[in-house]
Amino acid sequence: MIPASFEYRRADSVEQALGWLSEDPDSTKLLAGGHSLLPLMKLRLATPGVLVDIGRVPGLSYVRDAGDHVAVGALTRHRDVEISDVARAHVPLLAHVAGQVGDPQVRHRGTIGGSIAHGDPASDLPAAVLALDGVLVIDGPRGRREVGAGDFFRGFLETALAPDEVLTEIRVRKAPRGWAFQKFNRRAQDWAIVGVAAVVNGGARVALVNMGATTVRARGTEEALAAGAGIAEAAARAPEGLEPPSDLQGSAEYRRHLATVLVRRALEEATASGG
Amino acid sequence: MQVTMTVNGETQSHDVEARMLLVYYLREVLGLTGTNVGCDTTSCGACTVLLNGESVKSCTMLAAQADGEEITTIEGMASSEGVLHPIQEAFREHHGLQCGYCTPGMVMAVASFLKEHPDPTEAEVREGLEGNLCRCTGYHNIVQATLAAARAGALAP
Repeated sequence: MIPASFEYRRADSVEQALGWLSEDPDSTKLLAGGHSLLPLMKLRLATPGVLVDIGRVPGLSYVRDAGDHVAVGALTRHRDVEISDVARAHVPLLAHVAGQVGDPQVRHRGTIGGSIAHGDPASDLPAAVLALDGVLVIDGPRGRREVGAGDFFRGFLETALAPDEVLTEIRVRKAPRGWAFQKFNRRAQDWAIVGVAAVVNGGARVALVNMGATTVRARGTEEALAAGAGIAEAAARAPEGLEPPSDLQGSAEYRRHLATVLVRRALEEATASGG
Repeated sequence: MQVTMTVNGETQSHDVEARMLLVYYLREVLGLTGTNVGCDTTSCGACTVLLNGESVKSCTMLAAQADGEEITTIEGMASSEGVLHPIQEAFREHHGLQCGYCTPGMVMAVASFLKEHPDPTEAEVREGLEGNLCRCTGYHNIVQATLAAARAGALAP
């Protein structure tokens, strides 16, 4: 499978990328690691006229301790998040989830910014960032803005990122203890049929993979926990108000059931790990 | 567009279409057909090569993205005198292949894996090779070969 023809430009800076994007935002796409975009281009589901390669823009690959949160550069590869001492110490959920994305080859190329900007409901990292009360830092022609993860993921492959903007940093709240990630799939490298990212300290936040058109919070579970319910009771409310997809991997009904099981396991594990 | 990269220690420079994938650059422009195309969808790992020493799936990378970088393919593993790389030797010794189609990708994935995990457990090997499928399901001997290569202290080239 070969992508449709496009013009390739390599950006040396965010400013240069923004300049090229502004010329024709609707037919220009940014390329980072390419592990979401290139498969779509090979299937010709995406046919950008101009591909702006930001993969080598300097200064956007880092994991920094920023006081109450950890700041991750958008071009940081999954592998680099996975082995980051800062991430492991302060946001072990993020480090762990980065290590669960795809397979080693994918993690050597794919970036956190690419995964977040792609906004696939079946991806693991959006759920981790949502559970960690993340903030997405966006640069564009109208300056810099920050969007909370809860407002960022809008729908299937749809985010708050405008076609002429660049996601440059991902900020997540520190959560050294009281976290868990559950991923259920048939083969090791597959997407999660359902996944759960949970943080239980300071008010539980439970985010779900593949339980809707975008990554979503298990509001029913969170409300139940806030009201003092036990884990089993709270987990049973995980699919409340959600419309999971039906596909070859499982029906919507199967996913609703799976969500209750995985949320229970996640909450048990998070609590046991110091929640 | 012009791309220049080091492949198996040799500088290569060619004018290619921007949309040319790295695997087709290696196979069709350079004639290095040891790297196979299996699924062509980032799943099977048959096209795995090393990019600056790390395993990547060359079907999911543009040749343009490898511009200026260092690529190692299966052809770059044995010495110029034809002596097999210790990982290749371990695959032969432990019969870590059946039809052989996944083998180049497996060997390259193992080379990268052993750099990151020089003394792995069997479970780590199985997890570490999750990105490579063997449709003959010959995993057991592949895992044994990898463990043997680790014991032999086989690091990537």
